[in-house]
Amino acid sequence: MVIPDYKKYLAVERLPHIWCAGCGNGVILKALLLVLAELNFRPGEILLATGIGCISRAGDYVSFQRFQGTHGRTLAFVTGLKVARPELKVICLIGDGDCAAIGMGHLIHAARRNLDVAVLVANNLNYGMTGGQFSPLTPNKSLTSTSRAGKNEASLDICRLAEVAGANYVARTSVFYHGELRKYIREAISKTGFSLVEILTSCPTYYGRYNKIGGPGEMLTWFRDKTVPLKKYLQMDKQEQKDFFWRGKLVGRDAPNSYTYGKKNEEPDG
Amino acid sequence: MAGEKNKVQFLSGNEACVWAAIHARARFFAGYPISPATEIAEMCAHELPRYGGFYIQMEDEIGSIAAVIGASLGGLRAFTATSGPGLALMQENIGFAAMAEVPCVIINVQRFGPSTGIATKPAQSDVMTTRWGTPGDHSLIVLTPSGGQECYDLTFAAFNLAELFRTPVIVLTDAVIAHLREKVTVKSDEELFLFNEDKQFLRITGLVHDSFGYSSDVPEVAGELIARLAQKIEGYQTLLPGSRFYGPESPEVLIISFGISARAARQAVFLAEQEDLAVSLLELQTLWPFPEEEIRKIGVKAKTVLVAELNRGQVQREVMACGISPEKVRGINKIDTTVITPREILNEILTVIKNN
Repeated sequence: MVIPDYKKYLAVERLPHIWCAGCGNGVILKALLLVLAELNFRPGEILLATGIGCISRAGDYVSFQRFQGTHGRTLAFVTGLKVARPELKVICLIGDGDCAAIGMGHLIHAARRNLDVAVLVANNLNYGMTGGQFSPLTPNKSLTSTSRAGKNEASLDICRLAEVAGANYVARTSVFYHGELRKYIREAISKTGFSLVEILTSCPTYYGRYNKIGGPGEMLTWFRDKTVPLKKYLQMDKQEQKDFFWRGKLVGRDAPNSYTYGKKNEEPDG
Repeated sequence: MAGEKNKVQFLSGNEACVWAAIHARARFFAGYPISPATEIAEMCAHELPRYGGFYIQMEDEIGSIAAVIGASLGGLRAFTATSGPGLALMQENIGFAAMAEVPCVIINVQRFGPSTGIATKPAQSDVMTTRWGTPGDHSLIVLTPSGGQECYDLTFAAFNLAELFRTPVIVLTDAVIAHLREKVTVKSDEELFLFNEDKQFLRITGLVHDSFGYSSDVPEVAGELIARLAQKIEGYQTLLPGSRFYGPESPEVLIISFGISARAARQAVFLAEQEDLAVSLLELQTLWPFPEEEIRKIGVKAKTVLVAELNRGQVQREVMACGISPEKVRGINKIDTTVITPREILNEILTVIKNN
């Protein structure tokens, strides 16, 4: 297999990156850049929109257009940007806190509008940038710096939420399955309308350490062992499901954009 | 038709703001319904598509200003309109626009606060919120119209200034001006600057960044950036709309006011003139950066300075810091949802003159 030339999308001079050893974010970034290279985008045609948190620093390591807004608001910024420049291919790369906590409202409404963006959610199961607090996507009972006795709240399936909100494409995988990751990113970017890929990514520094999963290698195999294909997951009983993440493609449809901004009512007479 | 150029129209302040925006080539509005600014959103929804523009109703004010910033980066002149509670929600992203140097216009129709307050009653108590509502050391531009014509002129100017300075510009009106119908002469678009309409290669972040748009934590980069963002506005105050002056150059009493209170002050100065009293009015059109120089020049010549405003003295304290003796500065303030009347100002003038 020929590896496409993804390095032209990488701001090599900005390396080394700030991510910890064993962090999965580099895997996600490389998967994305490989897909961009495969699809042969020119730098002016694409824009990487990020939020705040570990994964949001990805914008500092790309050579093409980048936008980094405020925490949680990435999709709201992009809503305006896409109206002004509908031809621009916008890829949002945001974390679990960004998309499922502070920015949940914007995520639902962007999906409801079926906004033409690809949203890649890097779910490292906690707030890494601030030192490992639990997020809405942290599994119940997990140990974090703000849940020393185990997270005493339910978690949330962001993929199912995107599905009912109106997304055209929804899938979930982890950084362990690199081929699947690239495939889902490629499908999400190629899709017209709102697409979301949740990517379970390793945070050995905080989530892995607090929950005694082990180092970078053990975290990857943990994702292998903790994820099951969607079909198999659906056959499990409710109690058993609690111990696993499903992975696979949840939604693939071609609903049109639900908005018609700027359709002219009539010509102005002035 | 309404909004036709170079004609006298009969418009409310809110309507005048929308026509000014349309004539200034604004083609994107994102907002969220809130009294007393809602008519601006309603009119934009109706009118903007007729000019090839876009109206988006966002899920909240945080999203509204974010969409405005996104559209502006995409090359559309973009604006939003809100009132106190909505402005509070927009503050983080207003700071983002200042930091990332994104032109945008925010029309803030002041209502009685804090919190929900009284949604339909006027106040002028967002003076400091517009200036310092977003955290961090920054500068931005706030213009404050006192009637329909000024709503038109200053909103038009706001779009030009936003692009010239690449910064958010807030147009600070109030619930009375917003709904007051007056004669308004609309302009031709010859006075329009256009910088922003090209498709730019975007490298944007709210982090401290170098000139290539990459984040940096180098002290020199941070220091130079923050200094430049302030200096690019504060060093060019002469390019901003100047204050209006009515009356004698060396008055016994100088009134300083803005917005709806300045309208009452104009009438009060007229009434004082008829009684042969040396009273002048300085009506502020640019509120931030504060026009210290203009105020100092006139203020030092006045025996007493009265600052009329619908708050507990937010502008008065700035006036006292302008280099005129603070002890001769006094406030005429109302905080009960009613406006200051010309007679109330005149009575204060007469009391001051009697005691001098």
